[in-house]
Amino acid sequence: MSSLHESALAYRGRRYLWVALALTAAATGAYLWHSPPLPPNGGTWLGYTLGIVAALLILWLMALGVRKRSYHSALGTVRGWVSAHVYLGLAALVLATLHTGFHFGRNVHTLAYALLCGVTVLGVAGVILYARYPARMSANRQGRARAQLVEEIGDLDAKALRVAQALPGEYLEAVRSARDRLVLGGGAWTLLTGRDRSRVVLPGSDGASAALANPAQATLIAWLGDHLARSQDGELSPRIQSLLTLVSAKRVAVERLTRDLALQAWLDVWLYLHVPLSFALLATLVAHVVSVFLYW
Amino acid sequence: MTTERVSIAVIGAGPAGLSAAAHAAEIGITHLLLEAGASHASTIQKYQKGKHVMAEPGVLPLRSALPFAAGTRETVLERWATGLAGHRVNVRYGAEVVAIRGARPRFQVVLRDGEVIEAENVVLAIGVQGNPRRLGVPGEELTCVQYQLDDADAYHGEIIVVVGAGDAAIENALALRRRNTVYLVNRAAEFSRAKEGNLAAVTREIESGALGCFYKSSCARIEATPDGERRYRLTLNTETGEAQLACDRIIARLGAIPPRQFVESCGVVFPNAEPTALPSLSEKYESTVPGLYVVGALGGYPLIKQAMNQGHESVEYSLGRAVEPADEPILRERFAPLPFGLPVSQTLALIRSRVPLFAEVNPLLLRELVLGSAVHAPQPGTVLFRKNDYTNSFYTIVSGSVEMELGDDGRQRIELRQGQFFGEMSLLSGRRRSGGAIAGAGCVVLETPRREILKLMSSVASVRRVVDELFIIRAIQSSFAPDASFEELRAVAAGARLNRYRPGEMLFAEGAVADCLHLVRSGSVAVLRQLGGRDIVTSYVAAGNYVGEMGLIGRTRRSASVRANVATETVSIDAAAFDALLSRNASLRERIQATVRDRLAANARMQGQTQAGDLISFLMQQGLGEATDVLLINESLCVGCDNCEKACAETHDGTSRLDREAGPSFAQVHVPTSCRHCEDPHCMTDCPPDAIRRAPDGEVYIRDNCIGCGNCQRNCPYGVIQMAAEQPPKPSLVSWLLLGRGPGPGGVGAKAADPHAPKKAVKCDMCKDLAGGPACVRACPTGAAIRISPDRFVELAHGSDV
Repeated sequence: MSSLHESALAYRGRRYLWVALALTAAATGAYLWHSPPLPPNGGTWLGYTLGIVAALLILWLMALGVRKRSYHSALGTVRGWVSAHVYLGLAALVLATLHTGFHFGRNVHTLAYALLCGVTVLGVAGVILYARYPARMSANRQGRARAQLVEEIGDLDAKALRVAQALPGEYLEAVRSARDRLVLGGGAWTLLTGRDRSRVVLPGSDGASAALANPAQATLIAWLGDHLARSQDGELSPRIQSLLTLVSAKRVAVERLTRDLALQAWLDVWLYLHVPLSFALLATLVAHVVSVFLYW
Repeated sequence: MTTERVSIAVIGAGPAGLSAAAHAAEIGITHLLLEAGASHASTIQKYQKGKHVMAEPGVLPLRSALPFAAGTRETVLERWATGLAGHRVNVRYGAEVVAIRGARPRFQVVLRDGEVIEAENVVLAIGVQGNPRRLGVPGEELTCVQYQLDDADAYHGEIIVVVGAGDAAIENALALRRRNTVYLVNRAAEFSRAKEGNLAAVTREIESGALGCFYKSSCARIEATPDGERRYRLTLNTETGEAQLACDRIIARLGAIPPRQFVESCGVVFPNAEPTALPSLSEKYESTVPGLYVVGALGGYPLIKQAMNQGHESVEYSLGRAVEPADEPILRERFAPLPFGLPVSQTLALIRSRVPLFAEVNPLLLRELVLGSAVHAPQPGTVLFRKNDYTNSFYTIVSGSVEMELGDDGRQRIELRQGQFFGEMSLLSGRRRSGGAIAGAGCVVLETPRREILKLMSSVASVRRVVDELFIIRAIQSSFAPDASFEELRAVAAGARLNRYRPGEMLFAEGAVADCLHLVRSGSVAVLRQLGGRDIVTSYVAAGNYVGEMGLIGRTRRSASVRANVATETVSIDAAAFDALLSRNASLRERIQATVRDRLAANARMQGQTQAGDLISFLMQQGLGEATDVLLINESLCVGCDNCEKACAETHDGTSRLDREAGPSFAQVHVPTSCRHCEDPHCMTDCPPDAIRRAPDGEVYIRDNCIGCGNCQRNCPYGVIQMAAEQPPKPSLVSWLLLGRGPGPGGVGAKAADPHAPKKAVKCDMCKDLAGGPACVRACPTGAAIRISPDRFVELAHGSDV
């Protein structure tokens, strides 16, 4: 990694880590020192204080979504906000935990706490994914852009088709169907698992064609390899050989692209859960606060 | 044979010629407008349908018998056509002038078909595009041969041969091949003149067989084959002999013949051989041939309104009438704050007499120069520019004095007086100001934008000579010998040479005898060392600095090679010429030794860091050697959220000026497609309204007076300029969130932009008007995006091996 780039976590000598640690230490210290008449709970003065601070923190944490989209804003940088969001988000969980006084039940209050835990876990997952996956993506793409990989596959297909045109019809059919039935991506699960649902149409032993699964072009490669091994024709063999070379090159590109899409999907997916869950948390938090003040 | 006698012959029916002929018709003098093409305003006819034609400069009033206001191409052309008919202008299309002989009052204008027209005066308004270079083979007169392509979609199912290997030929071939069978005919073995994008595209298409190509081939003849399957047969000379090709159409894109040769054949004198030189003209647009007036783009005035005004005025001048130029009120206003209290023409004469640099500049050019310049009469003590500002305008002192602050701390001061000039260092090198300038008592200065002064330098040889010489003297002075006298410096400068290097060319090689020092005047160079059989880049040296200093202190051998990163100019100074200066100045020797020491230390640091060296080489290959500020993305931090692009679009009228994903990467450093604010910006080279400027902090930006011609987009080798229409404003965050109105933050407008909306060039302006700096960097959530100057590449690369 170059020395001039600095990650969000390392922002300004991890300034917000220290802020978060100080906040947590103060809250924990106060919790240990405080000895209310009843067991610790959200209703004591410390409980209220911790609750208010944690609630305000949650509101501020959610404001990142607004700041991220306030493109004209000169209020710090998004990187600084993200840095604070990560560290203070962790602190918020500690504060909220102390606020509960470790009383849990089947009610909206505990639901809010559970949602906070869920949001935090997803956030931590996001931090880990952000820390690891970009480098993997970069290594996988080897300096090329995604669009270039797509282009490369198209180029290889066009070349393979031209070679196949000089071969018997079944080869052309196979190469063309492999091109037409190449499937990249798909639903969330396919994307995340990096599954390749491509197919290829090959003639069966009975002469009838059948569409077979062709993950990473493996079926087509095996079929071509089989034909090459059995070919006795001095003119056909070199052509099948070059077809095999082209399809093998395509396999590498397809695998890279599938992997790239999978890595990108992982980078995106946690946020699709983190944000809606945060809104659910906000709703239950409101319910928690309202119910506490109205009905307690 | 002489067929017609007129009082005034106007050649070329562009804006200038149309306006001249219309005015002649309006006042009822005999005239004839000759146009080689088939219709009026052929350049504007070639614009795409519905293109918005702008009417810059807005402050200049129109003076013409024809109407003109900003509008669509169709409206502009339509109103001119109506005007021509209304004034009963005597116009002849398809009349190509091949010679103009004689002088006032008896010109002979010879047409291609041999017809001769006699005229008392001639207005030459043929523009600068020139005539397309023709095929020059038998059959070229057949209707299947064309020299331009207006609409690629107008043809389908044809076999079309495109002749040429430049960008125009490639772009035509690529556009046509979607619906036709297309062959390219290339005289050479490769497409060496093409832009990188075009080269990649055409190579791919040819390899995939979608496009046919005949390399090392040329056209031999064309024949009509009425009975054949295709209507024509083209015979080619190829490497392996003649080849025949049945086709329907041949499009030759062989470039244009510049009009200078023709203009010179009419007797008009040009001041020098520079390709950009303009013909020598009087204040009344009259060339060196009495009665032959040169107006419009050919005379150096590329904008439509200027050209129309000149056409109008040239007719008045030819009748011996005095006209107040249309720009007179502008100049009067500009001169108002000056303490001279003289009319415009006398103020101009005063400037000319006081500034020796302008002694050989003709009045028309000087007027144009002043018109394009700002005139300041600042209070004493006013800062004109500061050291390290990125401005590149050129200053001449009309009266009073100016104090220059030189040296590292700016404490060394030099007083410049009336008639002297300054600012040439930044002008020529594209680098920051090497010193500050402060107005003295009674100061009146002329601040000329870079483009205007470069135009003058290419037209008037003496201006170039004087500016070049002073550049060398001042460069030596500021780099080495701030206290040396002018005479001493002049002696050193006399032995200096100006060298030009192509990108990648070596200035000198490791191990060669070190006998001179190079001051980098423009561009930049890389210092390389041979380590383990490979060239490792150890440092980057920008314009304004020097390399090869060892050559001056000890007669040794070069310890490293130096290579030009981009097109580079250096001033080389011989050791012998420098000796005198060194012997008198002990601190100078020490300073140079200190530089040597630093370089050696840097070399030692970079040794063994092969990847760091490779990374710098990679950055140089991306053309970043001429950058001043570049966006780099660290791939190990980038999560691909595109918030940088969204931020750019949101803060700049809805169009992102950067493409994050495009562009190459190396060692996890990604160079996205985004402006790098070149030292000597390619985009500035040919901007008709001079809309591209450089702000004091280095941002190269496009002003609102852009006319949307697209020159900058074509001239940028890095593809970072787009032509874009303004997007409709977006709803507020709240109304999007709660009411679902319009596209949300970062979203693209749902309503497709009107395809005929006026498009203007847009590019990165480094968010110079935003508090907090570049939005792309501030919006990056992970710290992947940074903007740095090339001076920090070594520092950047340092971490890459860790």
